[in-house]
Amino acid sequence: MIRLFGESVQKVFNGREVFNNISFDIHTPSCLGIIGKNGSGKSTLIKIIAGLLQVTKGKILYEIDGKILSPDKLFKRIGFLSPYLQLYDEFTGIENLIIFDEIRNQKKEKEFYLDLLKKVELYDRRNDLLRTYSSGMKQRLKIAFALSNEPDVLLFDEPTSNLDDSGIEIIHSIMKQHKERGILVIASNDKSDYYLFDEIINLNK
Amino acid sequence: MIKESFFILKKDYKSELRNRYSFNSLLLFVIITITILLFSLGLEDISLDIHAGLFWIIVFFAATNGLSRTFVSEEERGTTLVLKLISESGTIFLGKLLFNLCLMVLLSLFVFILYLFFMNGFLIKNYFLFFVTIIFGSIGLSSASTIIAAIISKASNKGTLYPILSFPILLPLLIILIGLTKSSMIGKSIINELNQFLLIISYSGILITVSFLLFDFIWKD
Repeated sequence: MIRLFGESVQKVFNGREVFNNISFDIHTPSCLGIIGKNGSGKSTLIKIIAGLLQVTKGKILYEIDGKILSPDKLFKRIGFLSPYLQLYDEFTGIENLIIFDEIRNQKKEKEFYLDLLKKVELYDRRNDLLRTYSSGMKQRLKIAFALSNEPDVLLFDEPTSNLDDSGIEIIHSIMKQHKERGILVIASNDKSDYYLFDEIINLNK
Repeated sequence: MIKESFFILKKDYKSELRNRYSFNSLLLFVIITITILLFSLGLEDISLDIHAGLFWIIVFFAATNGLSRTFVSEEERGTTLVLKLISESGTIFLGKLLFNLCLMVLLSLFVFILYLFFMNGFLIKNYFLFFVTIIFGSIGLSSASTIIAAIISKASNKGTLYPILSFPILLPLLIILIGLTKSSMIGKSIINELNQFLLIISYSGILITVSFLLFDFIWKD
């Protein structure tokens, strides 16, 4: 079982307090929603949960079967999706996924990546360079990237941005499936995502 | 960590083949500099000291152009986030260091070939000493350049910061390398120069160790 908990988390950027005293405690299977108006710190908080930013005060920890997960090993356990995440334009869709898993030392059979690309409906464009993809297609590839290391924890920031109706359907089905077995954290202002939340952090308060 | 860092090297190599971020600017810089030197020196014979000095000046400034791109290109393309999501900071540093080392060796050899063909009076008598100098010089230059490249990638004034930061750090190394190159042109034995190589090993060892310790702070936040 995985537990994700935060205690009195505070983040200050250049002397400006983004948020303060944020606490939460969730474990598998569940979904944590982060809501708040623009600039309230949703992306900052999800980046802190992903280990991409440091907290100013407080702590965020992952516990696996009672043992604290080292922050250095966190990247093997999480899948991260956000509109500001950039993949490599000079590589094809499938090359991006394989290169990332090679660097993570988690490379799998080619069929695994082909299945992932089928899941996000990019199979036909798998051998095209990323620079030829539209923003919606890039978002779909980022979904495949988030799932490629078969993570226990999915961290999605504005998961439906740039997606068309079929893309939104795909991401909702992925989120519903993941919520049943792992931890899902969603930072979103899209009310159609709210039905997934078991717990909510409201940064407007 | 070592296996994963080789995959970062492979990624950077493939990326370089397709984008030519560093390679083209390095080649152009070297060709232009040697052409200017040819025109200004003509057939004039210059001393061994000046030959050795010019050789490493070209390598140093070409390295300023190319090696500083390692992290800057990731920062400019916005791909640092994805690297943070797939690897530990130490692995990233080692991968980038290996890439810079390969680039430095290739660059030095390229400068050497052009220099040998076009510069009057550039004759190496002890090739073994010269190539060992190039290998050790590349290790030293890339170990310093990689951490400096990481620091400047986070700064706003990237262009001017690299030579400012690298000059004082690389100066002692360049003085040793110029001396070793001159020795290889005179034909001295490598046995007489062992102390100089030990100095380069210590220099690189200290820089790489300190860089590993510092890189985590530069890379995060």
